[in-house]
Amino acid sequence: MGDSLIIDQLKKTQILDLLKEGKRADGREFDQVRELTIDVNVIPKAEGSARVRLGDTEVVAGVKVQPERPFPDTGDKGMLICTAEILPIAHPTAETGPPQPNVVELARVTDRGIRESGMLDMKQLVLEKDKSVIGIFCDNAVTDHDGNLFDACSYASTAAINSCKIPKYEMQDEKPVKIEDEFIEPPITTLPVSVTMAKIGDHILVDPTIEEWGIMDARITITSNSDGNVVALQKGGSDGFTQDELVKCAEISVKVGSKIREIIKQSSSGED
Amino acid sequence: MGGRDTDIVLLDEKGIRCDGRKINETRKVSIKAGVLKNANGSAYIEFGENKILVGVYGPRDVHPKHLSDSDTGILRCRYHMSPFSVGERKNPAPSRREVEISKVIKEALEPAVMLKQFPRTAVDVYMEILQADGGTRCAALTGASVALADAGIPMRDLVAGCAAGKAADTVILDVNNEEDQAGQADLPMGYMPNLEKITLLQLDGVLTPEEYKKCIEIGIDGCKQVYEIQKKALQEKYFSKGDNN
Repeated sequence: MGDSLIIDQLKKTQILDLLKEGKRADGREFDQVRELTIDVNVIPKAEGSARVRLGDTEVVAGVKVQPERPFPDTGDKGMLICTAEILPIAHPTAETGPPQPNVVELARVTDRGIRESGMLDMKQLVLEKDKSVIGIFCDNAVTDHDGNLFDACSYASTAAINSCKIPKYEMQDEKPVKIEDEFIEPPITTLPVSVTMAKIGDHILVDPTIEEWGIMDARITITSNSDGNVVALQKGGSDGFTQDELVKCAEISVKVGSKIREIIKQSSSGED
Repeated sequence: MGGRDTDIVLLDEKGIRCDGRKINETRKVSIKAGVLKNANGSAYIEFGENKILVGVYGPRDVHPKHLSDSDTGILRCRYHMSPFSVGERKNPAPSRREVEISKVIKEALEPAVMLKQFPRTAVDVYMEILQADGGTRCAALTGASVALADAGIPMRDLVAGCAAGKAADTVILDVNNEEDQAGQADLPMGYMPNLEKITLLQLDGVLTPEEYKKCIEIGIDGCKQVYEIQKKALQEKYFSKGDNN
């Protein structure tokens, strides 16, 4: 641990020196996202799936669909649950066992971005009111960690759900029965996309790497929808933001997010 | 998004909300500092129908030892809801929601607390939600700042909490439980008024960029009102007549 602290300090000094000259350690612009590739339907047994590479960060998301008994107070809506976990293969510090607070936060922020955007019209996923609804479970597995897991999981979840095929179910004798080889399109209303920014000194950096992540003062994850509205937000880290910075971050998120949304759309329509 | 369907009228034609408030009005907030005997600092806060008790211990030795840091003190926060605090009994084990809220409150307080003065120690902040009615994280954060100050921990500023949001297509201040359930957006905020920094910010729900700006603006205004009540609570304990604390 002692050694890594000294290395962190050296890296911090180096990154800060570069920022003063308006440069990032990997040569990117402040509002430039790392190279992003999204492949969908990588797990044929899942109803929807996506592998996202964001720089050297890699996430695999899989969607499973199954009928569920609805919660008592939401019997007129389908069920949607997103999770995220950092696999022990992803980083030397990743641990097995009960999730640490940072992993719980990652899962909840990923879920909130999809849920609060209303990406799926949940009212269309009811088989019989109060009895049986369609449950959509989107599980994210981080397989390689090079920073900014929030956005990688956001893109993976959105791409996986956007490309999923929902099996057709019918109620027979009060029970949902799967109709073989028949599918319905997911009731997509919008494509939520998160953009995470690190604040280091007075600089706002889009899509921080693991080195930038390690030394940032604070961070903010802002999710926008296809209409350019803000749908979810999470501030983290041990410093604050000024009012002006928050307005600027929302503008960056909407602008950068619209480009990423195009990449997600292409991934699901592409033939490759 | 959209919110749940209810029969409650969130905003009537006169612009009055379901609990009788105007759109830019906070609920009644009252804070008392120094309410626990054993804790180094404490506070009791009522934020509308929310009732929260906060106790601060430390700076003290860190257990387990490997968590201690030779460069700085560490802050540890626990936000916990009592099983009887809500309509249906809550399982007393910490939920994922409570783990996340504990983390965001810790990160909201850290910018204010001068932890570098106490290397190798921990300051523990325990927030117990005795009754919950929407906006508990802001209320708990508000009470925790007062309890930290009451414990004599050096601070750069107090952090005041208040939410903004959107219900019935209108931007409102200090979202209550009904408005959170049936409303369109909730944006809890923590703010340091002297340093003009926002240290807690989350959002559930859809806001246009204009509504987002407006929410931050009125949220800051709400936090400033809460800040005055925090200062008064500390003044009452330390500067009132006949009190030897």
